[in-house]
Amino acid sequence: MKAAKALLVTVLVVVVYFLHQDFWNWKKTDPLVFGFLPIGLAYHAGYSILASILMAVLVWIAWPKHLEEPDSEQGRPSSDQPQGHR
Amino acid sequence: MIPVIVVCCYLVIIAVIGSVAFRKTQANTEDFFLANRTVGSMVFFLSLFATNMTAFAILGSSGQAYRQGVGIYGLMASSSSLVIPLTIFFIGTKLWSLGKKFGHQTQVAFFRDRWECSSIGTVIFILSVVMLVPYMIISIMGGGRVLTDISGGRVVYPLGCAVVALVVTANVFFGGMRGTVWVNIFQTLLFLLFGAVAVGVISHSLEGGFGDYISKIAGNPKMRFLLTRERMPERYFWSYTFIPLSSIMFPHMAIMCFAARKVTAFKRTVVLYPLAIMAIWLPCIFLGVLGTQLEPGLKNPDGILLHLLSDHAPVWLAGILGAGIISAVMGSDTHQVLAVSTMFTKDVFAYYGGKDRYGEKGSVLFARGFILAVTIIAYLIALKTPESIFELAVRFAFTGFAAMAPVMIAALFWKRSTKYGALASTLWVAGWLLLTWYAHRISDGIAPKPGQPAVIIFSALGHLFERSTANVTVFGFLPVVPMVLGSAAVMVLFSLVTPPPSRATIEKYFPKESAEPRDRASAPGIAQPAQAPAP
Repeated sequence: MKAAKALLVTVLVVVVYFLHQDFWNWKKTDPLVFGFLPIGLAYHAGYSILASILMAVLVWIAWPKHLEEPDSEQGRPSSDQPQGHR
Repeated sequence: MIPVIVVCCYLVIIAVIGSVAFRKTQANTEDFFLANRTVGSMVFFLSLFATNMTAFAILGSSGQAYRQGVGIYGLMASSSSLVIPLTIFFIGTKLWSLGKKFGHQTQVAFFRDRWECSSIGTVIFILSVVMLVPYMIISIMGGGRVLTDISGGRVVYPLGCAVVALVVTANVFFGGMRGTVWVNIFQTLLFLLFGAVAVGVISHSLEGGFGDYISKIAGNPKMRFLLTRERMPERYFWSYTFIPLSSIMFPHMAIMCFAARKVTAFKRTVVLYPLAIMAIWLPCIFLGVLGTQLEPGLKNPDGILLHLLSDHAPVWLAGILGAGIISAVMGSDTHQVLAVSTMFTKDVFAYYGGKDRYGEKGSVLFARGFILAVTIIAYLIALKTPESIFELAVRFAFTGFAAMAPVMIAALFWKRSTKYGALASTLWVAGWLLLTWYAHRISDGIAPKPGQPAVIIFSALGHLFERSTANVTVFGFLPVVPMVLGSAAVMVLFSLVTPPPSRATIEKYFPKESAEPRDRASAPGIAQPAQAPAP
């Protein structure tokens, strides 16, 4: 990932992370969204949608393409083989 | 009796799917534990989601909302909807790639190879099993309790636990990973629909609609807190954003990541995951709060949804929705049983020579025998031990696995990380778990009632350790905060002061970075090839 992309990804993730701590809704009940959802609950429902959008953006701009075609069977399999007790 | 019949039909369907998977199963461990790494994109999403969702997502969430209000969604669900997909995106994909490349089937196998050390893998194995097994047992207990509640007590608790344990065992024993993921498709669809259907049915039966009831709560000074977070300290709320780091560290989640056919399977999963969390948690939390008006004064609020369904839904629908709850229980439980079996077979039996002696068929046989033994033992423990003990253990498990995340991140992304750093982090986590367990035990008698301020545990240490109603806190934060940050700091510190992994291992796990600059081999911190032990 290039530096600019890495910076953009970091900023996006950090901003969305901080939006989770919505201190401004802490003690509010109003308005009732759709007439029945308290604002604090509606905000965090919206936050889940925002998280989904963020992940779509990450998939779009920061997908680790180099992992799509891993080197063929190099070194496989190692997990079963006793490695010696180092 | 109708709900029981519906749930029984559901269990029969599960058994049939498992038996079909059995016919497809080959006699080798990669097929049995990982379905030959052939899980496709949509199935991967549905199965990974089922792996991580337990009965708590439906019953526990609504029960907590009944007690504490709508803040539970932000506390547990929306934080997970960000952090879990992020960990799957950054850690899950990389794990998948290394598993595909080097044949790893468990985290422990990866750690052993990455840090050229058998012991570090064994220590992490022990800690992981100690934290995972209570989770598995409590799933059986939860399933037994749901069956008892749905049947109105006709299915007694031991029988309910036995039915759940039997179906889970049969599913994993015969079908392995393939049977598990096939069943997960059905299970996840069922419990994803649960919330929307439950809200629709209950709203249909209410006069005046939801708005009237919510306005009543808002207008009652004693209940208004249910619609806000005024009783939820901000530090506590923020601390909880660390907990979902545990998700990818749970062995059953990591093992599931190894099973994907292509890394592109993760794309759909990370985008849909937050929406799926919302689809389950939002209706359950809302109904939990609404339940304070419709079913006031419940002694066990975790049963609020079952009460609402039996009072507001047709009997047959209550049965189908009950099957949705059972799905959530079994979806994760089957993966937990499979994960414990995979770890014992690969990290202990095969690693210490069992595979060489008994071959692939012998390993699969061992795995099946182990599955049988572990579920029988779990069932017996579930009958003999109070549920509260395991509830506490599971909460500690989430904290412990979250605090192990820096170990995984270092292994995947920091080539200078060492086995000593990993060992120090692991011991840090284990030490903190013991400390907080002790602080919890000795402060049980002074725990404040809901709504009251936290109390100091050790007067000599001031506000360092305090006890709230349900938790020990550290300067007002949950222990997971110092545990995660400390684990990361210890990892860095001990890695920097100890010899790095061999050049061969670094080239194996970081091929691009270490390929070109030959002179970097002689840079401080990178060991020479000649010093590398044989792979």
